[in-house]
Amino acid sequence: MTLDQSNKKVSLWQPNRPKSKLIELIIKIIFGSFAFVSIATTMGIVLTLIFNTVDFFKEVSFLHYLTDTKWTPLFSSANFGIFVLISATVLSSVIAIVVALPLGLLSAICLSEYATERTRKILKPILEILAGVPTVVYGYFALLFLTPLLRLPMPEWVQNIIPAWDQFIPGLQGFNSLSAGIVLGIMIMPLVASLSEDAIYAVPQSLRDGAYALGATKREVIISVVLPAALSGIVSSLILAISRAIGETMIVALAAGQNPRLGLNPFVPVMTMTAFIVQVSLGDTPAGSIAYKTIYAVGMTLFLITLVLNIFSFWFVRRFREKYD
Amino acid sequence: MIEKTAQNSNHDRSNLYDTALKKRYGIDNIFAVATWSAISISVIVLAVLLIDVCIDGIPKLNWNFLTSFPSRNPEEAGLLSALVGTIWMMITVAAVSFPLGVGAGIYLEEFASDNWFNRLVEININNLAGVPSIIYGLLGLQVFVRLFEPMTGGRSILSGSLTIALLILPVIIVSTREALRSIPDSLRLAGYALGATKWQIIWEHIFPLAIPGILTGTILALSRGIGETAPLITIGALTFISFLPENLQSAFTVLPIQIFNWVSRPQPEFHDLAAAGIIVLMVVLMVMNAGAIILRNKFQKKF
Repeated sequence: MTLDQSNKKVSLWQPNRPKSKLIELIIKIIFGSFAFVSIATTMGIVLTLIFNTVDFFKEVSFLHYLTDTKWTPLFSSANFGIFVLISATVLSSVIAIVVALPLGLLSAICLSEYATERTRKILKPILEILAGVPTVVYGYFALLFLTPLLRLPMPEWVQNIIPAWDQFIPGLQGFNSLSAGIVLGIMIMPLVASLSEDAIYAVPQSLRDGAYALGATKREVIISVVLPAALSGIVSSLILAISRAIGETMIVALAAGQNPRLGLNPFVPVMTMTAFIVQVSLGDTPAGSIAYKTIYAVGMTLFLITLVLNIFSFWFVRRFREKYD
Repeated sequence: MIEKTAQNSNHDRSNLYDTALKKRYGIDNIFAVATWSAISISVIVLAVLLIDVCIDGIPKLNWNFLTSFPSRNPEEAGLLSALVGTIWMMITVAAVSFPLGVGAGIYLEEFASDNWFNRLVEININNLAGVPSIIYGLLGLQVFVRLFEPMTGGRSILSGSLTIALLILPVIIVSTREALRSIPDSLRLAGYALGATKWQIIWEHIFPLAIPGILTGTILALSRGIGETAPLITIGALTFISFLPENLQSAFTVLPIQIFNWVSRPQPEFHDLAAAGIIVLMVVLMVMNAGAIILRNKFQKKF
């Protein structure tokens, strides 16, 4: 009687393991191929850049590309000196990091060491909002707020004393890498702040207590104990921020101008690598034309620079990370 | 008596070693003020940015502005086509990147064993997150606009959306993995104990619990994608569009491109339009972010 019942139950409910296993295998293959999309993206980027760059160097010599001092790819007498664009990119990124390093690092120290839990809860979202502002908005801010502010005419009595001081920053033109760089710095500041804060926050309390026990003040503890312990994280956040600044497009395309110019004068219009790609893209560029290939060569240069920085940042963290267990 | 000795010895030592506490605390205070002012600067900058945009933009913001097409005459210009383009793109990007990102995230977190393929994928995702967005634009220009032109229709919504979807994919994958990781293993083990397969556990137990976290990450990634300008300019999204898109293969414009277009014109009237456009864009982004925060607070369970 009981045997019959259990037999009946078995016939009602079938586990059907083979079917479940088959579904799982199919799902696993589909999701695995989704994961492969990310590899395909990288391969796509690398192959696209390489093919077009090789095409480009069939027409322009590599030596010419590295040593020329003019960048006029769209003129009939074309010159391709990439260092003209690189100098502008380096200039705006250096200004950005000069702004972002002190602001970001001090903010990180403030959030992690000085702010109470409640203030932290208010301040962190503000940094997140700053990080989430679209870059075209920053471009607007740099071109139409900061540049006019820096070009405000000085009051007459100042001009009477120093005649050359006609505006707040003399010689600053409507497009310049100074305000583009400053706003770039503001854009990457939240990145420096939040990554550095993670690193500072991760330093164990026992290290601080040890330093306090030796009679150090709070600032001395932070500067001589906490910051060195968090150095690898701070440096890597800085490198990532530089790489972000180099690849940033809209701020420099709007505020720094479209004048390819070799040199490091922050007051005049320049053209960065990304701004050049934008300039060409705004026009109608047929595939296969030299302008089309040029944006890929510039893109390749940009890609290599940021790749090296990113790899260096990862390597730095691995090499110099202090472990406290 | 004891106090006196202490004082004496203290006095003696102070000849050898000057603690200079007053000076050190003075520098301490300066340092504290410096950190607080650094963080105040970011707050002030955000406030100034918002106020500046609002002062320029709010007078231009009216119903006409939202329902007119772009025009060479700043009085008549509006951003209807850009707003509609952004909504089209948001939906398409979400439809492409959500299943791809979540699927890849589930694979990497739940299925993947520690072999070379999975390690490669992981390193690769970290690297992709550091690639400048304009490079994705170059990829999209070559692959989606040129190579697959018969399918995508060239410089179309579909090409733009696929480019942006690839751009935000790493973010979605990472947040999916984090959401899955926050579900404790005891739930999985309970499922195995009842004889369920891995997929049954993931689909019926883990996924429903992880979905708020996944959605939050996806919305944040989407809001980043919606604000992107550079890749879309690179694939050649047109800036002057006075019609609404009809299908995925239509030419299109989006809010950031329209704003870029207005900012880069010399006439100040267009700059005010750009400010108004920025307000619209920021409102769209803020609604999305608020949605993400509400989702997170309402549905996320602590284990």
